[in-house]
Amino acid sequence: MTTDETRTLLARLLRGVAPDVDLDAVDPAAPLQEAAELDSMDFLNLVTALYDQTGIEVPERDYPLIASVDGFVAYVTAAAGEKGTSAPGSPLADRSR
Amino acid sequence: MGDFVMPSLGADMEFGTLLEWRVREGDTVHHGDIVAVVDTEKSTIEVEVFDDGVVTELLVEPGEEVPVGTALARIGPPSAEAPAEPVTAEAPGAAVAAEAPPEPVTAAPMTTTAAPATRPPRRRTPRKQAARPRRGAVGPVHVRASPLARRRAAEKGLDLGGLDGSGPGGAVVAADVDRAAGKAPAPRRGRRTTPARPAAPAPPAAGAPPGDGDRQDAMRRATGALMARSKREIPHYYLATTIDLATALSWLRDANDRRPVTGRLLPGALLLKATALAARQVPALNGFWDDGYLPSAAVHLGVAVSLRGGGLVAPAVHDADRLTLDELMAAVRDLVARARAGTLRSSEVTGATITVTNLGDQGVDEVHGVIHPPQVALVGFGKVAERPWASDGMLGVRPTVRATVAADHRASDGLVGARFLTVIDRLLHTPEDL
Repeated sequence: MTTDETRTLLARLLRGVAPDVDLDAVDPAAPLQEAAELDSMDFLNLVTALYDQTGIEVPERDYPLIASVDGFVAYVTAAAGEKGTSAPGSPLADRSR
Repeated sequence: MGDFVMPSLGADMEFGTLLEWRVREGDTVHHGDIVAVVDTEKSTIEVEVFDDGVVTELLVEPGEEVPVGTALARIGPPSAEAPAEPVTAEAPGAAVAAEAPPEPVTAAPMTTTAAPATRPPRRRTPRKQAARPRRGAVGPVHVRASPLARRRAAEKGLDLGGLDGSGPGGAVVAADVDRAAGKAPAPRRGRRTTPARPAAPAPPAAGAPPGDGDRQDAMRRATGALMARSKREIPHYYLATTIDLATALSWLRDANDRRPVTGRLLPGALLLKATALAARQVPALNGFWDDGYLPSAAVHLGVAVSLRGGGLVAPAVHDADRLTLDELMAAVRDLVARARAGTLRSSEVTGATITVTNLGDQGVDEVHGVIHPPQVALVGFGKVAERPWASDGMLGVRPTVRATVAADHRASDGLVGARFLTVIDRLLHTPEDL
């Protein structure tokens, strides 16, 4: 996944959680939860949707790393690279923990 | 058995608009079935029936606004109206045939004997139309639309079902109605402009668009009226305590580490469960005030949900004290999603015996709430944050939360309220038992 693809993915996930938020209007370096007015349930829904669509599971201790748009894009792009998936599609691939 | 009336979906509700029937004359209904969709000032609510029986007559047509208590339909005893049964199975399209069958005849005698003379005569008219095939009259063809869109469409005489929805989940929003009506004004708020339809099926999320100014004004007024009544009538007293969450959060971290992301718990779930259990142990805070205090044996935990774009609803998680943490978490997740999508059920908007507001995500340390009449207590949680903590003569840093309760002094005294907070505190120290 390229960073552009990840960003597009984030925009789509965000639309499901908070349809009124325009990702382009969000400061990419600012805490996403504040900038997009997400509560902890919204954020969990975002992480869940990411898992459902890509199989990438972000452990709670990594939440600070995906707290901003920039952080999210970097983290997810790297995670997708490690998994060897170039695009969303193998939700069950990384289930074992 | 008898009349199915416009329910009071909140202490502040006087009128409701019937949006849609989910049953037809002749349908058999059971306790808990959703039979109608009603629009209040605050939101769109799916209304359940509390009797088993057969719908003998629909008295009010979709679109009509009627006072609370108005009969919407008549429900006859189960099986007694047997001839109606076959109608249940019919597809909506075939309903034209239902004009003739004996069903209306069966209904008629009941109408004449049961209807008190005081009923407004208008209610008789809709009966004929009930047998006509109607869009959205039966479950599956329900059209998702914002309340404002429904109103606009009704004004312009447009059929919502024929419109392409550009809102979340394909919901028809006001702009779609305007477009269909030939005038397509610029979207009311830049923030809402999701260009065209999202390609992915959007999960249930924001229902009434934030651009829906009318709805927000109405909701503001409804909340204001209820809170003003609360402050006028209820002698509140307020208590607060700080709870050490170190044990609870470390337990939660371990628990979540072993769970798939889809099964993760939020700290809020622990707070809600502890509150529900405390409410059971301290019944003086769990119930209703109606010319005297009526404690409730069941704990239906109201959860304040702020809607994106403004507004507040506090639907109830039923029997929250009996749910496991996982069940409670799932219930709250579902409730929040449906509150925001505008698909709450009547039992959820009316049933709460005590309400919790959790403003922790908004970054405040504590919240002193306003009780939601006719309940007698409101519990508040602020943000979970690391704070200095003295214990055993040592000063350390612990994650803590400020828990507060606003309680009705007519129903309880400060001592009882204090015990309630103490119980919550104690429960949160043994999270494995929650």
